[in-house]
Amino acid sequence: MSDASSIQKANPGMNDAILQVEHLSMKFGGLVAIGDLSFQARRGEITALIGPNGAGKTTVFNCITGFYKPSEGMITLNRRDGSNYLLERLPNHEIPARAKVARTFQNIRLFSGMTLLENLLVAQHNKLMKASGYTILGLFGFSGYRKASAESVELAKHWLEKADLVDRADDPAGDLPYGAQRRLEIARAMCTGPELLCLDEPAAGLNPKESMALNALLMDIKDNTGTSILLIEHDMAVVMQISDHVVVLEYGRKISDGSPHAVRTDPRVIAAYLGVEDEEVETVLTEVGDEDVIEQLDTGPDSAHGPGTSSSYFAGPVTDTVGHSEGERVTVSKGASRAAQVDAKSSAAASKAASPAAAKPSAKPSAAKSSAAKPATKAPAKPKTPGVSSRRGGRK
Amino acid sequence: MAVTTSPERDIVATPMQRAPREALYAGAIALGLFVLFIGLRTDQNISNELILVQRWWLLAVLVVLTMAGRFLYVAYGQPFLANQKIVDVATGLLPESVATRFFRLPYFIAAIVTVAVLVFLAGSLDGLLGPGLAGYARFLRALATIYALASVLFYFRTFIHAHFSALGITALALYPVIVVLVLALYGGSVAAGFQGSLKWVDNYGIQILIYVMLAWGLNIVVGLAGLLDLGYVAFYAVGAYCYALLGTQYGLSFWILLPAAGAMAAFWGVLLGFPVLRLRGDYLAIVTLAFGEIIRLVLINWREVTNGSAGITGIPKVTFFGLMTFNVSDPNYIAKVLDIATSSAYYKIFLYYLILGLCLLTAFVTIRLRRMPVGRAWEALREDEIACRSLGINTTTTKLTAFATGAMFGGFAGSFFAARQGFVSPESFIFLESAIILAIVVLGGMGSLVGIAVAAMVMIGGTEVLRELDFLKQVFGPDFTPELYRMLLFGMAMVIVMLWKPRGFVGSREPTAFLKESRAVSGSFTKEGHG
Repeated sequence: MSDASSIQKANPGMNDAILQVEHLSMKFGGLVAIGDLSFQARRGEITALIGPNGAGKTTVFNCITGFYKPSEGMITLNRRDGSNYLLERLPNHEIPARAKVARTFQNIRLFSGMTLLENLLVAQHNKLMKASGYTILGLFGFSGYRKASAESVELAKHWLEKADLVDRADDPAGDLPYGAQRRLEIARAMCTGPELLCLDEPAAGLNPKESMALNALLMDIKDNTGTSILLIEHDMAVVMQISDHVVVLEYGRKISDGSPHAVRTDPRVIAAYLGVEDEEVETVLTEVGDEDVIEQLDTGPDSAHGPGTSSSYFAGPVTDTVGHSEGERVTVSKGASRAAQVDAKSSAAASKAASPAAAKPSAKPSAAKSSAAKPATKAPAKPKTPGVSSRRGGRK
Repeated sequence: MAVTTSPERDIVATPMQRAPREALYAGAIALGLFVLFIGLRTDQNISNELILVQRWWLLAVLVVLTMAGRFLYVAYGQPFLANQKIVDVATGLLPESVATRFFRLPYFIAAIVTVAVLVFLAGSLDGLLGPGLAGYARFLRALATIYALASVLFYFRTFIHAHFSALGITALALYPVIVVLVLALYGGSVAAGFQGSLKWVDNYGIQILIYVMLAWGLNIVVGLAGLLDLGYVAFYAVGAYCYALLGTQYGLSFWILLPAAGAMAAFWGVLLGFPVLRLRGDYLAIVTLAFGEIIRLVLINWREVTNGSAGITGIPKVTFFGLMTFNVSDPNYIAKVLDIATSSAYYKIFLYYLILGLCLLTAFVTIRLRRMPVGRAWEALREDEIACRSLGINTTTTKLTAFATGAMFGGFAGSFFAARQGFVSPESFIFLESAIILAIVVLGGMGSLVGIAVAAMVMIGGTEVLRELDFLKQVFGPDFTPELYRMLLFGMAMVIVMLWKPRGFVGSREPTAFLKESRAVSGSFTKEGHG
């Protein structure tokens, strides 16, 4: 705890931040999934974490909720009662239990063979364990456990009502339609009594009506329980509508951070996430004639160095499942980062005093992506080449 | 009803068209399978040389039988079953429409009459029919009895279904009494009743209940927590040797050693649990299997303590809570205290009630634990371990408690086993026992106490019944011993049940809590666990 108190001293007045992520890095072997990421989520706010596919958002979540142990960095959770927890040091199951961080999953993970009510009761495990005297008192039917048990059913009922699922309380969770399963997963996470709720793409696969209901549920959680929310989302309607603060990742690095409005108008974000498309960049580079670059552009997370296809969280610590390769260093090719392209572009454009070129791609990625953008991309593409080829040399 | 012809019918070959073709295929497969097993047989001739005996006729008969069976099944069986499915989608042990055709009042009366006549003639059967036919007559009597009982069960099925547990416990509690009474009436004296009851109480009652208890114990690990344990018999062995060693060496009472054996087995359960916590699925199964074998090999090789393969003899009998004993020579022998005739049946009946009590304890604890947070955590662990961890459940302790609780009941059963046999040796704790216990759990439906009890009754009782089928000797010759085929039948029964009910006898799951009404969760939603 000495570390925790030192943090408090080091960051006076930072207690409105419920979660502070500082210099977080996560490396799988040589692959850098997250590189030096720092951001914070403020108490009572909805913070959204967005970015293109493979940007490392879920990895950040897994680091925060203890499923991965980060390679570097510090994740601090400040609870309302003033206690601090260094999440990267807590065992996996203690993060929800002690630091009060609950999460949901991108691919829904309900206890499908158990009823809705049972799902929500399992979420109150730790509380009930204590009330049942670690099973022993409960086995003999002591009244303390019976009271706690009745209370837990009441809490479950409360959240079932909030999630509009109370009519189906006695049905198996696997029997619910997709949207209802998403809501149930949130209700289950809320039954752990969290201070920070991490939602991994809660709106994925929902129709607009369900999406609206989800927004209402999240706003209700934010307003009535004081639980702060951190969410990953691809649905921009949801993000822009409900979030107070948006952090944008690209290739494991933060490229923007601010209010939804500020992020929406940030050219780096537009380029990385909404704007310039792969095909266009490739055409540009083909024109430049650098085949090396084109080849490297497709680099996603490198499957040869990332976790193998058969690995799971269960196989042990991530370090066990990832093939180590000493002395090898693999980074995502720099040419692939479109935010960096925009940076380079704008600097190049500034030097050419052709400022409209940088703003142009924000218009919309369409056929109208004018010829004006092309010459602009041409310029920054060239300087990237040496970086990429040097990396290739290093991999041999 | 108007006959309608659907267009699909014309495209798909009719059963009658398909049947000869499928029969041919089945025949070819049977020929290929049996040609070496049945067509040829190695034997020794009189001068001790190896010779090949050719049995082409037997082979031909089997192949033709297979073809006929396949033909009948495809031509008549399949359409019949398909119709049944349409007629009745009720899920019961017997689909209703088949059952109502099978169980009819005239048949029932006929069965009762047959039983009555054959029982009345029991003494003079051999004289009347000759030993060969008398054997068949006894078999017929057994079939008629089973049919009559099944009819009674069928007519009261709704009542039985509603009160299954209460009726089951009552029946089990009354079983020895009924056996003794029936046999006493049959044999004409109380002593004959007690003497005759030995087989029924010991071979059937106690044997089945031991397996029920073991399977219920393993159910906690496999059925609830979803951790596949192939070495469960190791805990059974720990319990048995705990009682055998401490009982013979230190003369401690069964009533002290029963909890001690449970605690010891639980301790070993935790010891096994620690290294395998990180393993899942196949890996877990292999390591637990190895653990079972290690325990057995230690028992064989640690001669100074365990007396090796020779085992431990002279294990003290259980006393009636110290008040009465079951040793004829003791001054407080039960027959002397109660002033009744000496019989060895008292001990067996006492043991029967003891194991019944232990079984009920297991069931009670399991039912209670399922409604406790730890039981729900076990089931949640089976459903999704990652989600469990995201909810703050300590999966390590949850798994360990599952291992320990399951092992504890195995230890109880083991110490009972040692007391009942009076002798333990490593022979009793081979892998096959683990496999049988696991098979019972799987057949019964993982997690369901009732299903597992029924499965144990069918499987263990079934193999015991094979010993009764003496008349088969008249068909297959005096060398034929039906018991030897019990594993074959066991395997066939498993295949059939798994085809017919893939989730076991009771595939559904009872919720542990409900808001409005408790509805069973269909087996299609529950998971088997990955560990």
